[in-house]
Amino acid sequence: MGILIGPDTRLLVQGITGRAGTFYTDQAMRYGTTCVAGVRPGRGGTTHLGLPVFHTVNEAVAETEANASLVVVPAPKAADAIIEAIEADLDLVVCISERVPQHDMRRVKAALADSKTILVGPNSQGILAPGTCKIGVMPTRDAKPGSIGIASRSASLTSEVLARFSAADLGQSTTVGIGGDVLHGLGFVECLKRFGDDPETKAVVLIGELGGREEEEAANYLSSVDYGKPVIALVVGRHAPVGRRMGHAGTLSLLGAATANDKINALTSAGVLIANDVNDVVKTTLKAQDLANS
Amino acid sequence: MLLAEYSSKELLTQYGVKVPPGKVARTAKEAEDRCAEIDTRKYVVKAQIAAGGRGRAGGVKFAATPSSVRNEAEKMLAAQLTTDQTGDQPQTVTAVYVEAFVDHTAQYYIAIVLSPDTGQPTLLASPNGGIDFENLAKTNEGTVTTHQLSGDANSDKAPLIEFLASIGIEEPNAADQILSASDAFIANDMILLEINPFARKPDGHWVALDAKIAIDPSALFRHPELEAIATAQNLPQEESDAQKSNINLVKMTGNLGVVTNGAGLGLATNDMIIDEGGRPANFMDIRTTATSMDIARGVELLLNQPAVKAILLNIHGGGMTMCDTVAEGINFAYSRNERNLPIVARLAGQNAEWGRRILVERKVPVEIFDDLSAAVKRAVSVVSGGAS
Repeated sequence: MGILIGPDTRLLVQGITGRAGTFYTDQAMRYGTTCVAGVRPGRGGTTHLGLPVFHTVNEAVAETEANASLVVVPAPKAADAIIEAIEADLDLVVCISERVPQHDMRRVKAALADSKTILVGPNSQGILAPGTCKIGVMPTRDAKPGSIGIASRSASLTSEVLARFSAADLGQSTTVGIGGDVLHGLGFVECLKRFGDDPETKAVVLIGELGGREEEEAANYLSSVDYGKPVIALVVGRHAPVGRRMGHAGTLSLLGAATANDKINALTSAGVLIANDVNDVVKTTLKAQDLANS
Repeated sequence: MLLAEYSSKELLTQYGVKVPPGKVARTAKEAEDRCAEIDTRKYVVKAQIAAGGRGRAGGVKFAATPSSVRNEAEKMLAAQLTTDQTGDQPQTVTAVYVEAFVDHTAQYYIAIVLSPDTGQPTLLASPNGGIDFENLAKTNEGTVTTHQLSGDANSDKAPLIEFLASIGIEEPNAADQILSASDAFIANDMILLEINPFARKPDGHWVALDAKIAIDPSALFRHPELEAIATAQNLPQEESDAQKSNINLVKMTGNLGVVTNGAGLGLATNDMIIDEGGRPANFMDIRTTATSMDIARGVELLLNQPAVKAILLNIHGGGMTMCDTVAEGINFAYSRNERNLPIVARLAGQNAEWGRRILVERKVPVEIFDDLSAAVKRAVSVVSGGAS
């Protein structure tokens, strides 16, 4: 089963004709994702990678019953593309574009407020249901179907952690990259709720970093419910200098605090087991599962 | 991207925010001469750096006469200023701002940010403004109250006046100025607008005594005029060079150069190095758009730093950055640089085997490990003079 995506996902790709759009659509199709359409204003009526291309998301949905979108559009136009997908009532929009202006996300957040669409990203690696469906940029070589749910702020660390799980024969139900930006759609709390409801997921791993409020909110949520599944977290940037932007926009905390150690403390008090570094994640997960079963 | 105080004030003035009369100067003599243009009985001399925490670090001085303005400017200019917010990178003071001293009866902290939850502009306010605000806010969570704005001055005005009254700001001119600031915040893609202190003069008029603005670097493409200000004063040279090569680089003070792809993996690698007792010379995040030539330029920036004694390469290939692309980049950099620094490498993920082969066959001085912990241990031991 997993969360957010699966065999019923019918994907359209906004920005399909670009270099990155072509690359990731091709990869998704090879992985078995049901891709049904591409959108590229001005190129409607053509085909690309064997898929029909439409001028607008609405046209693509009307013709192909697409229910999800992958947005691979240059940052200055990404927000408009996301809003177009929200207005077309898609269930899911995944945006992998990097460096989307934050004030553009003001408009996106306003559009999301009264819609049923779930936005993942921007600056997300996407979502992977191993063996079933891939929407995003992640490598799939090391992925294996199974029962670990992963929600992450970092693409590179997700790949790293996933490879280690698979090597230890611990497969994954779904991996979700919530994105490295300050303003983004789906967060850790929503991922936890969905993983909590998913019968296939037996344990959840959160991969966080300094900056932002995701880890603190996850800790608040977990303290307020009887979650019932083990949760493990890796929070990186424990030794990062304060006040500098470390790659992700979200790591820069303009309003002080939000250090990795604060987050680790908050998660620990909420009953989350902390992995000290990437080498420690599998061991900590096995320990958490033992605790849950004892 | 932070604007210096004088640039921030210049920008805010255009929208109707009141600031004390002041002039920027780049030499001590110029600072003295500028005093004639400022009508006041007492001056404030302020070091212009793109970071806060200046007042506590000696970057703000009062002066009664133009000649003492000159003395203070002399001491500040060309000095390095390290504040609570400059991190590892002391900033050289290349300009001072000479301003009229303004007598005031109250000082507030005022800031506008985009709320991470709603995405809409949010006003933060505290009656405890001034140079100790940051420390106070750290230790005392109730210091700051927040008020949601919409960005539309007409609908924001009445609720804002009510909010300000609840925290002790009664004068309507304060609300007008905050609405002007909100307009400036939106029109210029700001991600932080901080006025600290926002002060009440004895006559009931409010004035921004200091201002700090951060512009969203991702939105600079629509503000060429601000980009010019940014490049003139902001990032260390290596960091802006790296940006041009699709690499996020942050200089640190250690001796172990670090080459990694992905921000998270970069942070994780530096955590492990420091846990192991080592000192990273940098944080690096090779973005997925980087080519092998970009990566070569990033690696050269490390090779050119005399402090760097060895390089730890930690790559998890995937997406569009494959291990062989990075290995080619390392090879390019080494083939055209005289410093043949030892590399400790750990390559995993897409095309890892191919990447390892490139490094070995091109005779890059590399030691390869499969295990990340072992690689980190070895790299730390190499820079501390450990035998191989």
